[in-house]
Amino acid sequence: MLSIRNIVKQYAGHTALNDVSLEVERGQIFGLLGPNGAGKTSLIRIINQITAPDSGEIYFNGEKLNQSHIGRIGYLPEERGLYKKMEIGEQMIYLARLKGLSRDEATRRLKIWFEKLGMQTWWKMKIEELSKGMQQKAQFVATVLHEPDLIILDEPFSGFDPVNAEVIKDEVLELNRKGATILFSTHRMESVEELCDSIALLDRSEKILDGRIKDIKNSYRNDVYLVEYNGKKIDDDASQPFQLIDEIADDDDCYRVRVKLKPGSTSNDVLQYLIPKVHVNMLQEVIPSMNEIFIEKVNKIA
Amino acid sequence: MNKILLIIQREYITRVRKKAFVIMTLLVPALFAAMYAVIAMVAGNKDETMHVINVIDTNQVFKGKLQDQKFIKYQYPAVSLQAAKVNLKSQNDLVLYIPANAGDTVKLFSKKKTTLSLGDNIQRELNDIATGAKLVKAGIDTASLHKIKSNIVVKSSEITDAGEKSTSMGASYALSFAGAILIYMSLFIYGAQVMRGVIEEKTSRIIEVIVSSVKPFQLMLGKIVGVGLVGLTQFTLWIGLSAGISYLVGHNSTNSPVYSFVHNLGSNAGYELGCFLFYWITGFLLYSALFAGVGSAVDSETETQQFMFPITLPLLFTYILSVSYLFMVPDSPLAVWLSIIPLTAPVAMMVRIPFNVPGWQLGLSMVLMIVGFLFTTYVAARIYRVGILMYGKKASYKELAKWFFYKE
Repeated sequence: MLSIRNIVKQYAGHTALNDVSLEVERGQIFGLLGPNGAGKTSLIRIINQITAPDSGEIYFNGEKLNQSHIGRIGYLPEERGLYKKMEIGEQMIYLARLKGLSRDEATRRLKIWFEKLGMQTWWKMKIEELSKGMQQKAQFVATVLHEPDLIILDEPFSGFDPVNAEVIKDEVLELNRKGATILFSTHRMESVEELCDSIALLDRSEKILDGRIKDIKNSYRNDVYLVEYNGKKIDDDASQPFQLIDEIADDDDCYRVRVKLKPGSTSNDVLQYLIPKVHVNMLQEVIPSMNEIFIEKVNKIA
Repeated sequence: MNKILLIIQREYITRVRKKAFVIMTLLVPALFAAMYAVIAMVAGNKDETMHVINVIDTNQVFKGKLQDQKFIKYQYPAVSLQAAKVNLKSQNDLVLYIPANAGDTVKLFSKKKTTLSLGDNIQRELNDIATGAKLVKAGIDTASLHKIKSNIVVKSSEITDAGEKSTSMGASYALSFAGAILIYMSLFIYGAQVMRGVIEEKTSRIIEVIVSSVKPFQLMLGKIVGVGLVGLTQFTLWIGLSAGISYLVGHNSTNSPVYSFVHNLGSNAGYELGCFLFYWITGFLLYSALFAGVGSAVDSETETQQFMFPITLPLLFTYILSVSYLFMVPDSPLAVWLSIIPLTAPVAMMVRIPFNVPGWQLGLSMVLMIVGFLFTTYVAARIYRVGILMYGKKASYKELAKWFFYKE
């Protein structure tokens, strides 16, 4: 769907993107992660052809990215904004027409969206008469009205109250189910694990990690398990198939510990060792959250 | 291309629909009409009451010689000055006292203030009679004197290829002034509208949505053309409404200023209007591109000062020079040069237009105007495309130069 190859973008004095390559597959929800100033917005602007890269290429459905693709991309910038003095209905139609829709088609679709999101009464209102949350909702509609194949959302959930954030999230998921590819940037990791199929992590102009979330998490498995048991406390000894890392809780005779498998052993070996000695309540692999991976990756490079 | 049309349409419609536009469009001709009405009222406010003037002529020199006029009636009561003053009944009756000694002041008494024209009238009458009497006394035949008294009126004619045609210096000056003032003001008014439009898009942050759909240059051009069309619309309405109103007020009389103005412009009206439109359009394109560039570089209108000054300086300078000096010497080297340099030409050339500009100068000036606006548009567009996406950065001239050389 979107193939980003060796993008370099320099501004006077600093490099915003240094040799960044990404692959976004059709139908994916792709998360672009990274701390502030990592180059996310620079990359998004290049994909939207607002700015051009110094070197490198972008392919959209196998074609080199060009002006004809503009109508197939929908973009919600991080800095939201609409014409304050313009009526919403008229403004949405104007924006959709700039993306290549006819007036009639834009009007028809807008009516459907307004009904869906309970905005029917807003048509004649001016943007400045709406609350901030309402403005964002309107802008979201403007982003997707022309039914783009690729929807780019820069920090989509910031600025929404929890209720509206949920509404928008559901709409994004539905658009994705209908075939739209979603690319969104965020620095909030919770939303990433919940929504994304794949991610790329940018830090200080470089891509430091990318791939499917599942794969990334698998690669960060390091044979650490969480064990909870009742009974006699187990001490470290050489015959065990695991090493005790630390003790998390100690509540009467209920213990919770983290263990690391010794090379060659499996979680079954751990159970076989423990079952005769104690009463096992739980055994669970400790998989790092994206947040932990994110922090670890960023810190490692620093 | 289609997108530029869309942008032009939006810029035009949102502005024309604004209350401020409607009010301005109606207010200016209304003010013009009001001004015209006041002038007409003052001019037409002739003293139409009948004045009876009691002449107390001590030496009886003027008796019977003062001519009655439409609203002035002379009578010669045989009473003393004192009695005549007491006898004044009507507010409009007066006493004219002519003392025995010719050196003494002639006095006019009335119950209320006399108008200036009445006093003048009487004075002229007395002087004519006195002069006539003296001429007769000196042995000069006043009848033949009246015959040889000439009545010369100077009528200026201009020799052109098409033959002689009458010119009116007054109309030329008026046109000169009007053209210069109109262009000067409208470049500011509409240029500033372009700038405010750019700043509005930048501060409301809609700019990023728009430039993900169209190229920054298309947006800038669409805005400039849209605002320009608003300006043309406003001008057309102003001229149309003003002409209509003064036509109504003037009752189509040949005395109406509009009639005489248009009459004096004669066959040149098309040429002058054409030049006005050309310089208005190219001047607007040239300046509004600069204004758009400035708008893109700042975060709010208050920050525009440092860039506005150098842009407005040539205009202001030419304007002040034009209305105070250049219109008197439209062919001086300074006027010629100012009317050729694109930044000053729109104002300076308008001053010269009524006074027959040589063809090569007009041609050169027009070509340079086109080159000039293409150049400023190019420069402004390069700054604009970077500026609109820059927030919170204090733009300096150095910064602008850097933006200019940025690659896409």
